[in-house]
Amino acid sequence: MHRNTDIELRLLIEAIYLKYSYDFRDYSGASIKRRVNHALRQFDCNTISALQERILHDPTAFMQLLQFLTIPVSEMFRDPEHFLAIRQEVVPILKTYPSLKIWIAGCSTGEEVYSMAILLREEGLLDRTIIYATDINPRSLEKAKQGIFSLENIRAYTHNYQKAGGQRSFADYYTAAYDYAIFDKTLRENVTFADHSLATDSVFSETNLISCRNVLIYFNKNLQNRAFGLFEESLCHRGFLMLGSKETLDFSDYSKQFTSVLKQERIYRKL
Amino acid sequence: MTVQNSYWANQGPVEAVVIGASAGGVEALLTIFADLKPGFRLPIIVVLHLPDERRSQVAEVFARRLPVPVREAQDKQPIEPGTLYFAAPGYHLSIEHDHSFSLSQEERVHYSRPAIDYLFESAADVYQQRLAAVLLTGANQDGARGMSLVKELGGLTIIQDPDEAQVSTMPRAALDLCQPDCILPLRGIGRLLVELEHNACY
Repeated sequence: MHRNTDIELRLLIEAIYLKYSYDFRDYSGASIKRRVNHALRQFDCNTISALQERILHDPTAFMQLLQFLTIPVSEMFRDPEHFLAIRQEVVPILKTYPSLKIWIAGCSTGEEVYSMAILLREEGLLDRTIIYATDINPRSLEKAKQGIFSLENIRAYTHNYQKAGGQRSFADYYTAAYDYAIFDKTLRENVTFADHSLATDSVFSETNLISCRNVLIYFNKNLQNRAFGLFEESLCHRGFLMLGSKETLDFSDYSKQFTSVLKQERIYRKL
Repeated sequence: MTVQNSYWANQGPVEAVVIGASAGGVEALLTIFADLKPGFRLPIIVVLHLPDERRSQVAEVFARRLPVPVREAQDKQPIEPGTLYFAAPGYHLSIEHDHSFSLSQEERVHYSRPAIDYLFESAADVYQQRLAAVLLTGANQDGARGMSLVKELGGLTIIQDPDEAQVSTMPRAALDLCQPDCILPLRGIGRLLVELEHNACY
């Protein structure tokens, strides 16, 4: 027997899909439930049904709810060892290509995008690279486009940058103004920010490298397989796939189509 | 201690044990696991607050000392009976309705990720009265809210006796929020785990 909250949660997610085409039906349940419960308090709703009524009739309220349903928790050069491994093991191969297309899937507020752009610039690759940075949350994409981050995190990012093999002073890449660090806009000259859902959209370009980190943990196995399918389709022969430190291809339907380059750093290559 | 003991005589069989520990936790866990015998069949899932290091050695440390399999809980992995799982550092750990794990990077709770609250709340949601939750020593308030939900949904709730805890803040915070089924010293919790196993449902 299902409890009321479980019934209501399922109905809410169905309503969001039918009305707004955002598909959370194959997201991991525990985290979605927590975030909806958190939103209930902020929306001052006593039940999920009440929240459903609100968002169904008010698109602005839905856009607010979307901010709770997506997880904008990110940092620059998160897991520095991962970026160091890209520099040491992947960049030498990328340098042999005349041009590069990179897809950062689930880019959130852009921290991964700027990290990748800085790394590519230092390796002399940024000018011949096109980066597609995609996310389902338009507000996150807007923030990513601006490239303005809170100054209070910069110390941690600087530390990460150095551990990731950064070659310059991290301060070269931003201007501090009040409580913010405004990142060099030339870093995003070749970046296209776009709305894209791994749950409902299809492949839009062939790519040489895809980075999708700490996105797939929010999906169930079914949706993880869908995402891996998109990546497999988009990547060129011997293209690279980068995942988050606790994400793996190993138990997916696509484990045979990829080989692990650096297991610990979750860097894979399409066969 | 026997199954007839008053504070959990009415408790039905248990399917899983969740444990939360913070400061002083390694020592406390080693004490309560001292009575574990090979062939113990309940899964035990632990959130232990540790400094944010990407690769934790804690599973290896416990694996060397305990007669049951010890693993770091992995995303989407099904929970196996008789296995002791630790939450990975830097990620929240939850239990899904299909009895598998899921990881997430939502904001920290009480400065902690993994948060004991998230493990306890998700486990309570899944196992309801078939869950035992244990809260040990620690220097913050994590686990108190989770413990209350375990209690509310009929699970067995056990809090380390704060007078015995290396740091009593965490057990006291939980005691302020809910009246557990038992308040026990570490040795008693260890024996209780063995008793739970005898009363487990397979």
